[in-house]
Amino acid sequence: MSDHDKIYSTKFQDNIERHTVLMFVMIAIAVAVGGIVEIVPLFYLPNTAMSGGNGTYNGTAHKDKEGNVVPMDKIVWNPATSAHKTLEDWQPGDGVRPYKPLELAGRAVYIREGCYLCHSQQIRPFRDEKDRYGHYSIAEESMYDHTFQWGSKRTGPDLARVGGKYSDEWHRRHLSYPREVVPESVMPNFFWLEKMPVNVTETVQAMKVMTIMPFNPVPKSIYTPAYIDGAAAQLEGKTDMDALIAFLQGLGNHVKFEEGVNYRD
Amino acid sequence: MEATQATPVKYDMEVVRWFTIAAAIYAVVGTLVGVYIASELAFPFLNFDIPYITFGRLRPLHTNAVIFAFGGCVLMATGFYMVQRTGATKLWSNGLAWFTFWGWNLIIVLAVITLPLGMSEGKEYAELPWIVDILIAVVWLSFGLNHIMTVAIRKTSHIYVSNWFTMAMIVMITYLHVVNSLAIPVSLTNSYSIFSGVQDAMVQWWWGHNAVGFYLTGGFLGIMYYFVPKQSGRPVFSYRLSVLHFWALTFGYVWLGAHHLQYTALPDWTGSLGAAVSLAMIIPSWGGAMNGMMTLSGAWDKLRTDYILRFLVVSLAFYAMSTFEGPVMSIKTVNALSHYTDWTVGHVHSGALGWMAMVAYGAMYHMVKKLWGVEKMYSDSLVNVHFWLATIGTVVYVVAMWVSGIMQGLMWRDYDEYGTLTYTFVESVSAMHPYYAMRAAGGLIFNIGTIIALFNIVMTVRQASALRSSGAVPAKA
Repeated sequence: MSDHDKIYSTKFQDNIERHTVLMFVMIAIAVAVGGIVEIVPLFYLPNTAMSGGNGTYNGTAHKDKEGNVVPMDKIVWNPATSAHKTLEDWQPGDGVRPYKPLELAGRAVYIREGCYLCHSQQIRPFRDEKDRYGHYSIAEESMYDHTFQWGSKRTGPDLARVGGKYSDEWHRRHLSYPREVVPESVMPNFFWLEKMPVNVTETVQAMKVMTIMPFNPVPKSIYTPAYIDGAAAQLEGKTDMDALIAFLQGLGNHVKFEEGVNYRD
Repeated sequence: MEATQATPVKYDMEVVRWFTIAAAIYAVVGTLVGVYIASELAFPFLNFDIPYITFGRLRPLHTNAVIFAFGGCVLMATGFYMVQRTGATKLWSNGLAWFTFWGWNLIIVLAVITLPLGMSEGKEYAELPWIVDILIAVVWLSFGLNHIMTVAIRKTSHIYVSNWFTMAMIVMITYLHVVNSLAIPVSLTNSYSIFSGVQDAMVQWWWGHNAVGFYLTGGFLGIMYYFVPKQSGRPVFSYRLSVLHFWALTFGYVWLGAHHLQYTALPDWTGSLGAAVSLAMIIPSWGGAMNGMMTLSGAWDKLRTDYILRFLVVSLAFYAMSTFEGPVMSIKTVNALSHYTDWTVGHVHSGALGWMAMVAYGAMYHMVKKLWGVEKMYSDSLVNVHFWLATIGTVVYVVAMWVSGIMQGLMWRDYDEYGTLTYTFVESVSAMHPYYAMRAAGGLIFNIGTIIALFNIVMTVRQASALRSSGAVPAKA
């Protein structure tokens, strides 16, 4: 006795179960939908910090208290309109900028040592997070972060706005022997970063790569060929510790936030 | 839907045997690294100032070892086992299956070398360098091609439900791995994602949650739909429920990744959509869990004597619990408290230890007996000991993380009567110490269970080989 011809569900489902190719195609379609709906719009909608290269950021329009649109130049540093024309002249508050060579090297150290596994870089719009860490994070602030570092866990505190909060010397002592500064800390000692010279070749190569990214590349007007050529000299004699501290000190002070502006809308 | 045939089919089971043994070994290694890094958080001196074993470098090794080494070997062992038995056919290509075996193990060796050296792409669960990523894609496709082609050459009329889940996993993991790994290299070992910020975050968690959804859940549901009926000797409770379970998960799970990004710089609708679909997923998930549980109707008495069945049943209980907990945690108000805390870690482990590892061991014990043609394991009471160690270890771990996670969430948001934050951050760190120690203990209990399992499996294999060479038992395929 065979029940192989009996249909227990619907004709269509039965058909799928009998045909490998049909099953494969149906699965391939079913699993694609959710990702397409959630991911693709983020490349076209406003408030996603997608530059598109024309400075309009897909029509992002943050409004101040009077309802006037805050120009994107005030949020993302634009050397063409800013009073400060080079990365060296850039001042905190001038807007989101790409990393300087030493910071980029430090960011590589941050990733290499897995800092993102215990520290987030993404402040949520809650009262306690504002009091503890500062203004909530906005999309533009990580637009040059190829491989975002928002993290998913706070075994240690959030670092999105740690820049300028402590002195370089504090960071050096704390990174080297955390428990000498914060006795309850569970962070590993990183004193050995002092002995490691920064990876100059990879950092210079990373700068070049950042300018050819298909999405949100660093403008070549900022990472000019001359600037990239000069990077090696800036990195000369620096250690991984110097680089990591430079990276941390540059976090979170790029944008001058104004009261009453909804930066996520 | 197992085919009954007049002449028994000669299956390609040698590669399945190797994958099974490899899985048992990687489970020990992966959980041991987990116990070590858990201990580092409780007692930081264990970092020993050696760069290669600091928490930040070993944690990716732990996740890669348990997910891709242990989980991967289980999925490939059971995938090749089920597709042959349910289709009454040999593998499409036995040679390609061996390529998959050695390729996958090469990837694991490369992970063991590169991750402690700090060669990381900086994306959770996708840390491996770009060059290894290419190898993963090739080996994964070799597994996928072989599996799907074996489905295609099956002798049975219908494709069995387990193979639907495995096929969905193969397709989805290919999408995820390729898109999430898109990067521009700066050296042989280092590269930078082509996406940045908001888009990169969404792509990463689309990967992150679907690695859970299609690999650790879907793939293991395929295992459940084959091994629960086989071990209990009962047919699947409801075929229609399995159809619903499969398509609802396959279509719906993909949407959940965004719930990892609630209240971040991502547009609000994305997280809300992710949470809404997450809540909807409770229904098919519980339907599936019930389907597995109810398969035991009329055979519940077997739980008294069948320790392997205990693994399978408890895994379903954890599956049901985790698939309820997850959607609850995706709700914005709950997520506001739970996100960034140990609660997430606890949730992952109730799924990974309670559901995934338990159902895997149920399947592995079942397969070992069939693969080596023995009536019983070397020691059934050791299976029972392993069962209790696994259950207790998981519960200790998860309870520790629930308490510490909720405590962290409450401490961080607490205000005193003057309207200032009650606790400094580091006060929350020191408050975690007892729970971190408890978590390490729970993990250790679980780890001891895996060692016992490895011992039991190796002894069973040795006993079977000894019997076979003395001619006492005829060799079975």
